[in-house]
Amino acid sequence: MKIGVFVCHCGSNIAGTVDVAKVAEAAKAMPDVAFASDTMYACSEPGQEGIIKAIQEKGLDGAVVASCTPRMHGPTFMRTVARAGLNPYMFEMANIREHVSWIGRNKEANTRKAIDLVKMAVAKLGQNRPLYPKTFAVNKRVLVIGGGVAGIQAALDCAEGGLDVVLVEKTSSIGGKMAKLDKTFPTVDCSSCILGPKMVDVAQHPRITLHASSEVEDVFGYVGNFQVEVRKKAPYVDWKACTGCGACMEKCPAKKSPDPFNELVGRTTAINIPFPQAIPKKASIDPTACIRFKTGKCGVCAKICPTKAIRYDQQDEMVTEEVGAIVAATGYDLMDWTVYGQYGAGRYPDVVTSLQYERMLSASGPTGGHIKRPSDGREPKNVVFIQCVGSRDPSVGRPYCTGFCCMYTAKQAVLTKDHIPDSQSYVFYMDIRAPGKMYDEFTRRAVEEYGTQYVRGRVSMVYPMGDKLVVRGADTLAGTQVEVLADLVVLAVGAEGAKGSPHLAEKLRISYDSYGFFMEGHPKLKPVETNTAGVYLAGCSQGPKDIPTSVAQGSAAAAKVLGLFSKDQLQSDPQVAKVDLKRCVGCMKCALTCPFGAIKELETRGEMKVEVIETVCQGCGICTSTCRQGAIQLQNFTDNQILAEVNALLLTAEEEGA
Amino acid sequence: MEKELRIVGFLCNWCSYGGADTAGVGRFIQPTDLRIIRMPCSGRLDPLFVLKTLTGGADGVLVSGCHPRDCHYAEGNYYARRRLEVLKRFLPVIGIDPGRFEYTWVSASEGQRWQHVVTEFTAQVHALGPIQRIGKQAQARACSFATSGLFARVED
Ligand SMILES: Cc1cc2nc3c(=O)[nH]c(=O)nc-3n(C[C@H](O)[C@H](O)[C@H](O)COP(=O)(O)OP(=O)(O)OC[C@H]3O[C@@H](n4cnc5c(N)ncnc54)[C@H](O)[C@@H]3O)c2cc1C
Ligand code: SF4
Ligand code: SF4
Repeated sequence: MKIGVFVCHCGSNIAGTVDVAKVAEAAKAMPDVAFASDTMYACSEPGQEGIIKAIQEKGLDGAVVASCTPRMHGPTFMRTVARAGLNPYMFEMANIREHVSWIGRNKEANTRKAIDLVKMAVAKLGQNRPLYPKTFAVNKRVLVIGGGVAGIQAALDCAEGGLDVVLVEKTSSIGGKMAKLDKTFPTVDCSSCILGPKMVDVAQHPRITLHASSEVEDVFGYVGNFQVEVRKKAPYVDWKACTGCGACMEKCPAKKSPDPFNELVGRTTAINIPFPQAIPKKASIDPTACIRFKTGKCGVCAKICPTKAIRYDQQDEMVTEEVGAIVAATGYDLMDWTVYGQYGAGRYPDVVTSLQYERMLSASGPTGGHIKRPSDGREPKNVVFIQCVGSRDPSVGRPYCTGFCCMYTAKQAVLTKDHIPDSQSYVFYMDIRAPGKMYDEFTRRAVEEYGTQYVRGRVSMVYPMGDKLVVRGADTLAGTQVEVLADLVVLAVGAEGAKGSPHLAEKLRISYDSYGFFMEGHPKLKPVETNTAGVYLAGCSQGPKDIPTSVAQGSAAAAKVLGLFSKDQLQSDPQVAKVDLKRCVGCMKCALTCPFGAIKELETRGEMKVEVIETVCQGCGICTSTCRQGAIQLQNFTDNQILAEVNALLLTAEEEGA
Repeated sequence: MEKELRIVGFLCNWCSYGGADTAGVGRFIQPTDLRIIRMPCSGRLDPLFVLKTLTGGADGVLVSGCHPRDCHYAEGNYYARRRLEVLKRFLPVIGIDPGRFEYTWVSASEGQRWQHVVTEFTAQVHALGPIQRIGKQAQARACSFATSGLFARVED
């Protein structure tokens, strides 16, 4: 075999702490290496041309590129090798940047390590075989999980692009957090006026199937061919019959039921439509609040309903949806602010969250748009906003900036003045982060036009005094302690991944971080992709972001799906398991361990053996390390390939020791 | 600088290899002894690889995969965990200090954690010093002992 080795400088990224010329020189002495050189930027056009030229002129059978991580440029160089006429799997990478030059300062040690890594890659390549992908058909339907503004946008864009869309929303209506907002920064336009029409579009679009009050229970399959089990939770109302007239709500005697749409400010009825613009506009019963469910008596709604839609004995329903791609848009939840005992959250009724305040500002909210203190219903005069409650605070495990709290606090201060002209707002802040279009201008207006007083510093505690609250903190600009007497305190609570998102991530086989946000494929270059083919991200499920950015990402995810579906056939990754029938004894251990059910029985010449379904195999190799016969081998990660790497390394050790 | 030892790392492609990349991008300085072999999944790791590596002369072996429940292949790391736990207990049987072998879980976002894991493990192996070389015959014996059904039983 004739192998070529190409060692990249990556400018000074590698060459700064690795003697790349020496690595190339050492490579020339390795077995099977017919050519070795160092190159400034292997991934650049001249770099790739150089590789192609060497392969063709020297008649090479394979190439090793020693540069960055294969997770970054592996596919790039595989295409390069293919352009030179080789099979793309006759290629290996040695990661001498992320794993060498960037983590060690000792040039000598780094160079030795880089040589080892090249030696291992060469040894592995010596065992590589050409691999060929299979093609399979794509099911051009898409599942969107989460009906917030990001999911709505993704669903509409996909549907407009000609795809059939299934939208699964956990609550009884789409709209997400945006539906709860009164106005939106920086334009202060009415939230439901811009979201409402989009929600109606979802309801009316012939290509969108909406499953509200539903959750994804299980996901099987792979890109192009997912099978999704959806649990439609029983609303105890036949939604086909319900017209959303609301007569049941008027008559329901259980009028003090918790109201999640209004963030538990105010109460609702046990049977309810969460808000007037809800989509679908259908009633559902909260069985934990319903008198009929609790005592067997009542049944008023069933009597009153003009279409006889009430079904107390309704059961959850399971539906299976077959799709080719999935967009996860499950958004965020506010973090548990009651960990801030010093702010009295949960103890003092007049300390509320930003989202509760948003409902109090809303004309369709529980107070009809009048700001009233929860304790006594009086109109507050002094309103104190505390920012960064659960953001930028490592002490509660939330070191990151939520990004939109500065802006919504400014908005809420402005709206407070609009509602109560003789009020005074105070904002305790750490920094003001307002980098969006017209954002900084907006926070300035809050100060200059609306007279909001900004105090830079953290609040140390909030405590009651008479019927008011004392907010005590530091003014770090003036270098003094400050105390403000407040009628109402609003906590700008930070965001974390939606509840249950890690659970969903496991079903989708995507990664999530310790805050419950899903991980994108690459922090810069793959912002809407995940590491699982065919699964994309939109909106705050990936990390906190404002509405414009959530919408943009929703559209981006839709564009990715449309791009994926622009082909009728997809190519499967040929790095799948393969059975050596001579060795297989048909014990089926591999089939038992395969998480994807990719291994099936095969009868040959009267003997039981196994066979791998190539499009189902995901290439994990669990079967390979299970099979005691060594009969089933994951291609491109065979025992021989991995042990070749180990041996190459240990041989060096032996040489050194001698 | 202290003389380098031979440490081999078997890392899954999705979480830990990504975590090691993240550590690199973040310029989290680490000891240089470790050489990483990339695998699709920690479940791909045959415990025999670890034995062959240690009996073949490596001073330490580190395996790292996705956190339990966070596996790209749903459950590969559970298989890995069961096999590797058995392996760890088996090492003293063939006279290898179990401190030369560790398995951990590092996600792609945990660059700093990876730096910590590498630094700690390298120090641990250095504290044990270079491994005693064993002859080819003893090597073969150790490996065949290990294949005699020990790991086959922990699959189900
Ligand atoms: C008080 C406050 C005020 C704000 N004001 C503004 C503003 O003025 N301007 C602005 O630009 N931004 C504002 N924001 C930010 C804004 O709320 C977000 O940018 C936006 O809601 C993100 O939309 P999303 O679709 O990503 O997430 P969400 O709105 O959270 O929607 C997610 C949806 O997914 C559903 N879901 C969750 N998990 C599942 C699951 N497992 N299965 C099915 N469905 C699921 C949820 O029920 C929800 O409907 C504000 C935020 C707060 C807290
Ligand atoms: S574990 Fe090996 S021998 Fe047993 S059925 Fe699978 S491939 Fe055949
Ligand atoms: S590599 Fe083996 S265990 Fe993994 S998916 Fe393929 S057949 Fe199943």
